[in-house]
Amino acid sequence: MNVDPVIAARFAGTLGAFDIDVTINAPMQGVTALFGPSGCGKTTILRCIAGLQRLPGTLSVGGEVWQDEALGLFRPPHERPVGYVFQEASLFAHLSVRANLLFGHARAMKAGAREVIRLDDVVELLGIGHLLDRAPGNLSGGERQRVAVGRALLSQPRLLLMDEPLSALDRITKDEILPYFEALHENLSIPVIYVSHDITEIERLADRLVLLERGRVLANGLLSDLEADPALPLVHAPEAAVILEGTVATIDEAYGLTTVSVAGGAVVVPGRRGPVGAARRLRIGASDVSFIREQPTATTILNCLPVEILSVTPQDGAAIQMNIVARLSNDKSGARIVARVTRKSQEVLGLAPGVRVFAQIKSVALIAGATGRPDRS
Amino acid sequence: MFELSELWPPIRLTLTLAAIATVTLLIVGTPIAWWLARSKAKWKEAVATVVALPLVLPPTVIGFYLLIFLGPNGPGGAIAGLWGGRTLAFTFEALILGSVLYSMPFVVQPIRNAFEAFGERPLEAAATLRATPWNTFWTVAVPLARPGFMTGAVLGFAHTVGEFGVVLMIGGNIPGQTKVLSIAIYDYVETLRWAQAHILAGGMLIFAFVVILSMLVLEKRIGKLKQ
Repeated sequence: MNVDPVIAARFAGTLGAFDIDVTINAPMQGVTALFGPSGCGKTTILRCIAGLQRLPGTLSVGGEVWQDEALGLFRPPHERPVGYVFQEASLFAHLSVRANLLFGHARAMKAGAREVIRLDDVVELLGIGHLLDRAPGNLSGGERQRVAVGRALLSQPRLLLMDEPLSALDRITKDEILPYFEALHENLSIPVIYVSHDITEIERLADRLVLLERGRVLANGLLSDLEADPALPLVHAPEAAVILEGTVATIDEAYGLTTVSVAGGAVVVPGRRGPVGAARRLRIGASDVSFIREQPTATTILNCLPVEILSVTPQDGAAIQMNIVARLSNDKSGARIVARVTRKSQEVLGLAPGVRVFAQIKSVALIAGATGRPDRS
Repeated sequence: MFELSELWPPIRLTLTLAAIATVTLLIVGTPIAWWLARSKAKWKEAVATVVALPLVLPPTVIGFYLLIFLGPNGPGGAIAGLWGGRTLAFTFEALILGSVLYSMPFVVQPIRNAFEAFGERPLEAAATLRATPWNTFWTVAVPLARPGFMTGAVLGFAHTVGEFGVVLMIGGNIPGQTKVLSIAIYDYVETLRWAQAHILAGGMLIFAFVVILSMLVLEKRIGKLKQ
């Protein structure tokens, strides 16, 4: 029996048109994203974890066995301390916002749960104080989804499951709600499994990634590792990018620039993004990186870092563009970045594994407010 | 002329019958409606059809079978034999049974529709919020289906008030026991007592109008509340 404080799931079975056969391990902290195209089975897996659906397999969460087919053990959903946020908020239409929020809270308390999350905390964290006495029908899409998250959290879950909670919202509402989700990430120690088909959401929120394709796990690991693995499809996606976790090192008050130190180097971003020592998450797009053989003496590009090329793979069948994964500095622990260059440039510069060059990074996005806490243990 | 008080016993009897039948219908009909709305059994539509039969069958057909069922040679006679009786037909209890069967589709259908209208999602949400299935039924499903319950109760009550054929077959015309309004009107007309028939028939007309109007208004108001 698994007694490690982790989420260990294995499901195998037929579901409609395709087979699902997945093994997923995630730590009991941070955000683990299930990512893949529509129909890859990610929502099904989430529903199986919640017990809303049943596929043969085993599941243990934080040392508790929730499902073990060999023993005929299957905990019904209402006996699993999970919070579930659906794609549509699914608030109870006959109850006020307050009563919705307290629905799971009251029942969890009755079942003997310890009150870790209080109504006041959730109201403040999600900014929904002014909505408490309203009916769910009178809320906007973003407000509804925030209430749904609060309702799930108040049921004192040991695990929060979120099924594309933003996909029913428009771009503006999404940007409005993401900071609240990031705040959750920073303030709560509840592990989250987050299903999405939108990599930009994942880049803002997730620490770990489970890559799914047609009912199978393609890869499972740290987001920053998987995004820079040339064997995986992420490197070849049109919007390929990497996430770097760092801390604020210095702030240049005169020019308004912040230096963030990352594994194997330091990156300058515009703006005063202090305080010093704060955790920051950066995103570097593959098309914003170019290479140069010698360190330039005069350039408008602020970030020019020594790197070592790790791999070169063609972007497409015709090999017009190449995807290059490089490591900052020559230190083994250096963070990896991805670049997309033409094959012509690659050949002219002789870019091949082991070659040391300089990477010029035209722009670095500081992902607003996010503070990733990847579990590197 | 006649005493107005002679009209009272059939009215009281009818209201009592309709009230008891409605309560029974809600108690019996709700689990049936829930099952019809949620079950994945292939033969559930066959059950739904049986429930809906009174919509199509002449009331006298239901009355006829009930009469045989309750009569001296049926199971009803055997049960009546336990306390020395001969038959269960021609009693107030028989009327309740007949009314419940006859009005069943008018109660089950709206409640089933209401249960189906909100889908699985609220029930799943409740389950992830620690509500047991029993608790979910009472605190989520029933409140969400409230318009269906109201429609079902009103229709069941009104339909029982208005029934005639079944009562005629299994109830007869025993004053104070089985002589309900519709039978009383029939009786007055047969004996050419037009004044009494007018009062009762007119009252029924107004009753029916008020029932349907209030239901329509109610539905509209609930629809508005939901938005």
